[in-house]
Amino acid sequence: MSEYNFAYLDEQTKRMIRRAILKGLAIPGYQVPFASREMPMPYGWGTGGVQVSAAVLTPDDTFKVIDQGADDTTNAVSIRRFFEKTAGVAVTEATAQASVIQTRHRIPEEVLREGQILVYQVPIPEPLRFLEPSEVETRKMHSLEEYGLMHVKLYEDISQHGAIATAYAYPVKVEGRYVMDPSPIPKFDNPKLEMAAIQLFGAGREQRIYAVPPYSKVVSLDFEDFPFEASKADHACDLCGAEDSYLDELIVDDDGGRLFMCSDTDYCQGRRKAGHLGAKGTPVGEDAA
Amino acid sequence: MTPLLQVENIAKFYGARVGCTDVSFDLFPGEVMGIVGESGSGKSTLLNCLAGHLTPDAGAVRFDTRTEGLRDTVTMNEPERRMLGRTDWAFVHQHARDGLRMNVSAGGNVGERLMAVGARHYGQIRDAATDWLGRVEIAADRIDDRPTAFSGGMQQRLQIARNLVTGPRLVFMDEPTGGLDVSVQARLLDLLRGLVREMGLSAIIVTHDLAVVRLLADRLMVMKDGHVVETGLTDQVLDDPQHAYTQLLVSSVLQV
Amino acid sequence: MIQVENLSKSFTLHNQGGTVIPVMEGAAFEVAPGECVGLTGASGAGKSTLMRMLYGNYLAASGHIRIGGVDVATAEPREILALRRGTLGYVSQFLRVVPRVSTLDVVAEPLLRTGHARDAAEARARDLLARLNIPERLWGLSPTTFSGGEQQRVNIARGFAYDYPALLLDEPTASLDIANREVVLSLIEEAKARGAAIVGIFHDEAARDRVCDRVIDAAAFTPKVSA
Repeated sequence: MSEYNFAYLDEQTKRMIRRAILKGLAIPGYQVPFASREMPMPYGWGTGGVQVSAAVLTPDDTFKVIDQGADDTTNAVSIRRFFEKTAGVAVTEATAQASVIQTRHRIPEEVLREGQILVYQVPIPEPLRFLEPSEVETRKMHSLEEYGLMHVKLYEDISQHGAIATAYAYPVKVEGRYVMDPSPIPKFDNPKLEMAAIQLFGAGREQRIYAVPPYSKVVSLDFEDFPFEASKADHACDLCGAEDSYLDELIVDDDGGRLFMCSDTDYCQGRRKAGHLGAKGTPVGEDAA
Repeated sequence: MTPLLQVENIAKFYGARVGCTDVSFDLFPGEVMGIVGESGSGKSTLLNCLAGHLTPDAGAVRFDTRTEGLRDTVTMNEPERRMLGRTDWAFVHQHARDGLRMNVSAGGNVGERLMAVGARHYGQIRDAATDWLGRVEIAADRIDDRPTAFSGGMQQRLQIARNLVTGPRLVFMDEPTGGLDVSVQARLLDLLRGLVREMGLSAIIVTHDLAVVRLLADRLMVMKDGHVVETGLTDQVLDDPQHAYTQLLVSSVLQV
Repeated sequence: MIQVENLSKSFTLHNQGGTVIPVMEGAAFEVAPGECVGLTGASGAGKSTLMRMLYGNYLAASGHIRIGGVDVATAEPREILALRRGTLGYVSQFLRVVPRVSTLDVVAEPLLRTGHARDAAEARARDLLARLNIPERLWGLSPTTFSGGEQQRVNIARGFAYDYPALLLDEPTASLDIANREVVLSLIEEAKARGAAIVGIFHDEAARDRVCDRVIDAAAFTPKVSA
C-alpha cells in the first residue's frame, strides 16, 4: 500500500461524506445530498456504498462485503480487494467478526450487534420516484410528509396482482417520519431493519446518503386489509437445512431440478460447520469445489 | 351568511404587464361563478392566484376553513395550503394529463386523494373508487386500466372523479370542456351540472365558452386586459350585457 | 306581492356607435296576491322587456321592482337566484332544454330543489304531465327531441309544478289546441285561487279576458320620442 491515501478518497472528501452521514443519522431516513466522487468502478457497482465505507473505515476495522448475501461474487470480491489494497484493513467473511459490512441487496441472517456498521449500496434512493418524476415535487412531499402516493404504488400492486407484489425495495417509514427506500433488499429482510447496528445507505450516481440509527423504529407500509408480510420461498435450505433464512433458487439441470440454498453464504457455511445438514447437503470438506 | 371565499383586491403582474388587477368578489356556499374573457384577459392568472398555484402581488383570498373560519390562503403556510388543495379544494385542469397520473390505473388515480388524507384500507378505497367511476359514467371494469387507454372525454371525467372523491367544498375549473368534441362536451357539462347540484359544490369556472357558463354558472365575471369589466347574474349578463366588451363577446357567438 | 316603482330601461349599443335606445320610463304598478294582471300593447311596446326585468334577466336602469321583499332592480345575483327558486316562477315561450334529463325530472326539478321529497315531487310532475296530455311513454325521455307544442307543454308543467307566490307567464296559451289551452287556463285559475300574484302576456284575447283581473298597457311606459 502506497501512493493511495487511506481508503482511496482524500481526507477532505471523507470529511464531507462524514458530515452527510452525521446529518443522515440525525434525521433518520432523510436523504442528504452529497458531492459523490468518481470512483474507479462504474456506477451501479456500488460507488455510493464504497464512498460511505471509505469515510467510515479506520485502520483497526475488519471489513466484509456481500453481494446478494454472498461473499464470493465478483462484485463483493473486487470491493473487498479494493479496500484491502487502498486501506490495508483486515477482511473477513464472518459476519460476527466484521466491524464494517458493505452489502448489496441483503441484510445478513446473523443478528448484528452494537458497534457494527452496515453499509448499503443504493441504486435509486427516492422511494417516490417511479410515481412522481419531479425531484422538486418529491422533496416537497418529503418535507410536508405527503406520503399518500406511496400507498398508490401498493394499491396498484394489489389491483394488478391481488396482493402487494413488491418483493424487494419495499418502502418503510423510519421513526414515524420519513418514508425510505431500504435499497433492493428482499422484503424478507425488512423486519431486520430494526437492529442494534448503524445502517448507512449510499447512492453514488444519485448523490444521496441516508441512515438509520441503531434501534430506530422502521415500519413497512401496508394496508389494514393487506398487512405487510415478510415472505420467502416456502422451503428449507437444501445445504444446511435452515428454515429461517432467505433462500436462492438454483436450477441445477435441464430437467427442471431445483436447489434451494441460503443466500447468506457465511450463515450457511457456519451452520454446516456446526453439523446441520439439508436434504441435498454434504458435510463440510466433502464439497466438490 | 359567511362567504366560502372572499377575494379582495387581487393583483398579479408579470413585470410591467398586468396579469390581473383589482379583483374582488365573495363566493357563497353552493354558488357557481363563471369567469369569461378571451385568451390573455387574465382569467387563468386569476384562477391560479385563487387556487394557490400563483402568489398574487397584492390582495387577499380568504377561505372559510372548517376549523378556524375565514383564513387568508395567500399568507397561510404552504403545508396548510397544500392540505386544503387535497381536501376542501379541487382543481380540474383543461388537459386531463395535467391533473391525472397517466401511469397509474383509474382506480389508483381516484384513490390517491383518499390515501393522501390517510385512508389505509384497500377494500374501502377500491369501493370508493368504483362508486366514483360509476358516478362519472366510467364502467367499473375499466378500474384497472390506465388513463392512457381512455378517450379524452373519459380522461376528463376521471379527473373530475379523482377531484371530487374527498368531498371538496370548492372546485376550481380551468376550461374543463376545452379541447373536447362538442357531443363529449355536452355530456361532461351535464354531468358536472348534476354533481354540482347534488353535492352542493361551490365552483369557479374559467372558460371562454359562453354556453358552458350559461349551463353551469349562477353568476358571471367578465374580464378584459386583466380587469373585471362586468359582473352579474349569468343570464342577465348574457342577455342584457352592459359593457362594450361583453356586448361584443355575446354578439360574436355564432348561432347554430 | 309585486310592486314596480318608477322603473326605466334603455339599451346602449356600444358596438354600434354607442347608440342609446330608451325603451321604458316611469313604469309603475302593483299586483296583489291572487290577482292576475295582463300586459297589453302593440308589438315593441316593451311587454317582454318588462317581464324580463321583473325576472331579473334584464337590468333596470333606475327604479324599483319589489317582489317578495327583494328589490330585483338592485339585488345581488344570489338573492335573485333564491327569489327565483322559492318565490318567482317564469313560464317562457321556449323550453331551455337540458340534454339527457328525463321529462319527469325536468318537471319535478323546481320541487326537488326547494326541498320536496322525490316521491311527492314526481307524483306532482306525473299529475301535471297527464293533465297536459303528454303521453306517458315520453316521460322517461329528454324533451330535447319533442315537437314544439310538446316542449311548450312540458315547460308549462315545469312552471306550475311548484306553487310560486309570484308567477310570470309569457304567452302560455300560444299555439295550444283547445283542450290543452283549457288545461292551462284552469292551472292559472288554480294558481290565483291559492293566492299567486300573476303577470302575463296573452295575445289570446279570450284567454286574457277569462283570467286577468285587469290589464296594463305597456305603451304607457314607452318613452315619448321627441324626434
